[in-house]
Order: sequence, then C-alpha cells, then structure tokens
Amino acid sequence: MIITDFGYCLAPSNAVKVDKTTDWRFEKLCALESDVLKCIGCGSCTAVCSAGHFSQMNLRQCILSLSRGQWEKSVRSLSRCMLCGKCLMVCPRGINTRHLILSICRIYCPGEGGSNA
Amino acid sequence: MINKNIVIVGGGPAGLEAARTLRNAGLTPILLEGSDRLGGHLLEWDSLFPSNQKASEVLESLTADLEGIKWFTNSKVEEISRIKDIYLVRTSSGYTFQANAVLLTTGFSLFNATLKQELGYGIYDRVITNADMERYFATGEHPCIHEPKTIGFVHCVGSRDEKICNRACSKVCCATAIKQACHIKEKFPLAQVYCFYMDLRMFGRGWEDMYYNAQTKYGIRFVRGRVCEVSEGMDATLNIKAEDTLLGKPIRMKMDLLVLMSGIRPRKDTEDIASNLHIELGTDGFYSPRDPFIRTNESSNEGIFLAGTCTGPATLPETFSSARSAAARIIEYLESK
Ligand code: SF4
Ligand code: SF4
Ligand code: SF4
Repeated sequence: MIITDFGYCLAPSNAVKVDKTTDWRFEKLCALESDVLKCIGCGSCTAVCSAGHFSQMNLRQCILSLSRGQWEKSVRSLSRCMLCGKCLMVCPRGINTRHLILSICRIYCPGEGGSNA
Repeated sequence: MINKNIVIVGGGPAGLEAARTLRNAGLTPILLEGSDRLGGHLLEWDSLFPSNQKASEVLESLTADLEGIKWFTNSKVEEISRIKDIYLVRTSSGYTFQANAVLLTTGFSLFNATLKQELGYGIYDRVITNADMERYFATGEHPCIHEPKTIGFVHCVGSRDEKICNRACSKVCCATAIKQACHIKEKFPLAQVYCFYMDLRMFGRGWEDMYYNAQTKYGIRFVRGRVCEVSEGMDATLNIKAEDTLLGKPIRMKMDLLVLMSGIRPRKDTEDIASNLHIELGTDGFYSPRDPFIRTNESSNEGIFLAGTCTGPATLPETFSSARSAAARIIEYLESK
C-alpha cells in the first residue's frame, strides 16, 4: 500500500494523561504498602544507590512514575536492585524501601520470581 | 495591679521584648536568664535576613533601656512550684521569686549536627554549620576557610527527617542558607556556590526577592536534591552524593566547604519544665498553646504564658510580635484576677 507523503506525520502525544492513568496496581500497592505515600521525592535513595551508579535504577523516580501510572519502564529498572538497603538508611521519611521494592515487584511483575500476591 | 509580679524565664529576644512591653505598661517584670549574658541566639548571629541588618544592632536596641526591669543573669530556673495563685520560682543563683504570672520565653536549641554522622560534622574539618558560618562572618576567621572554590549549603539538617525523630520544618533555614550563600559569594566572588534543597520555603515578605537576587545577582546554583553522604578525599576536599531530582540522575561533587543548615529543636529542659508545670507538649516537643488561633500565648496551665520559639520555629519579627501579644494577654489576666 502506498501511503501518500504529506510532508508531515502525526506524532503520538508526549503528555502524560494523569487523569486517565489511575490503575488498580497502584491502588493495590498503596493498600499493601502505605509507606509509598510518604515519599517526598528528596532523591536520597537514588543518590546512595549501589545500582544507580551504573544503571537506570532510580527508586525516587520509580515511586513517582508508579503514582502517575507510568509503570512499565520504571518497574523494569528495579531488576537492578541488589537489596543492599543503603536507601533505607538515608530515607528521611523512614520508608522501608527494600520491603517496598519487593511489594512493587510482587504486584507489577507477578510470576517473575515473586509470588502472585 | 501595680504590685503584681511577673517572672519571665529566658532573656533572649522574646523575653526582652515582653519585659520591655510590660515595663512600658507600668509593671516591673523580673527577667531571668540562665547564661551570663542577655540576648539568647542573637548573640551568636552576625546578620539577619532579609535586610542584612546586624544582629548586634537589634540586640542593642532591645537592651538599650532596661530601666524598670529587674533582670538577672546566671539565674537558671531550677524549680517552679505553686501555692494557690502564686508561683514560686527558684533559681540556681539561690533566689526564690514570687509570681502572679510566669512567662516562658525559653527559646530553642540548634540541632546538634554531629548526630547526622553521614554528613561528617565533627569528623571532617571542612564541614561546618550555619552557626559556625555566622561566627566566621562576625570574626572573619575560621581555620578551614581559605579561598574555597566550591561551597555547598545543605538544607534541612535535623529537620524534616524521621531518622532523628523530627518531621517538622524549621521554617527559617532556607532563608538563612540563601543569605549566607550570598554573603560568602561576596567574600569569594570566584567561588561556585550551591544550595541543595528539598523544597525552598521562601514564604516571608521580601524572601522571594532574596531568592531572585541569589539567582541573578550572585549566581548561586540551586540543586533540588538532598545531600545524604559526605566523605573526605586525601587532599581534604569533600566528596558529596545527592540526586539532582530535576535532572533525575545521581550526582557526585567535590566541595571545599560544606555548610549544614542546622534546624530548630526544643531545648533539652523543655520536657522537665513541662512536667514540672503540668503544661502540654506538642508531638514536635515544643510547648503547646491552649488553642492554636486565639489563645496562642497561654499554656494549658493557668498563669503560665508562652512566647517566642519555645512554641516552635519562628522568625525574629514573629518572635517579637508573640512577645508583645503575650504581654498584653498577661495584663488582661492580672486585671481579671
Ligand atoms: S536496596 Fe536497591 S534501591 Fe536501595 S540502595 Fe540498594 S540497590 Fe539501590
Ligand atoms: S529517600 Fe525516601 S523520601 Fe526520599 S525519594 Fe527516596 S523513598 Fe522518597
Ligand atoms: S526552612 Fe527550608 S531548610 Fe529549613 S527545614 Fe524547612 S525546608 Fe528545610
């Protein structure tokens, strides 16, 4: 099929439609791990992260992305986590970050080592 | 009413202002200060935001005329007891004062930054606090400040941090950081100065202008991220870790000087005084007023009044206003008796 070249094309919107992205996974996460709501996005966890120095692992960004329904990419990056717990030491809101990471994995990628909670 | 006694505990800005107001109304307040000088934290500060007025000038105008105020230094309050409507205030200097009303203006203490070990205060020489910086501005001397090329200010040290059991914001350290950042840039124009903040709380009148000038006139760089680890290199420079959260990437930097913005915490004796006087404390450890809107200067115990930062972080103008309103409230109270 020949597609007429109009000299332009339609790009998918780059905007995040936050009102359309509430999904059951995040609600389930909040119910299971209400700590996730405490994050103030300070970035301490990311700053000290043993994995973040060499990969895209960024817990702060992951938490934020999940709350905006943007989960695919951010959950994938969590596979880099070594559960070393440095993030837990520095978090000013006292979030149990390792527990949170495991809960995220259970809810967002069941069957990949995590049980289907 | 003239022969009613009022004892004010704490000779800092709030105590001095309340004493002056009561004196001007014809009363003879008794002002007790635990240390050997009147002035409280004003004695330790060089200049005040947003106008950069010297703290010593403000203190001078507060203490210029103490006529009619009975003030005592080296008089730490040891115990306050009550017999009917009279309070007996016993001091370390061996005196006991009778009072119909007691005003607590005991203030705050600055967070002890050594408790945040990961930031290296007391471990690395080039990590200093906001109080050390003020001392440096006042005296021009600090053993570790020689032509620094990169200087970092770390906001929220000892505030907004559940790890040291303080969730509260100290209210004044964002403005203090920006004031100090501009001052140090004036002293070392070639230095690169960074402020690491979580949220910039520049809510006061003229404060946003300070921020604007810091950006445009002084070229201070603002990084939205919390410094959470500091270590020292062989050459004594500091390596810091943070995330630039707006960039979304961890950052590593070398610093010649790091200034920790120690926050406002309750004094150690707050709890003792509260249990001695049966007055309530908030979850933040400061005295609670009887209600948060109207009776802000009254404690939960009749005859005991509160003013200044012993009820939580406050700016200096707020402290003065609260001292004057406490004085007005005390006069109402004594007249009703
Ligand atoms: S536990 Fe995982 S996310 Fe936290 S610092 Fe270690 S590697 Fe990074
Ligand atoms: S350290 Fe805690 S509060 Fe800060 S971004 Fe990470 S999870 Fe959120
Ligand atoms: S005033 Fe600013 S630096 Fe101070 S605790 Fe609040 S947010 Fe942090």
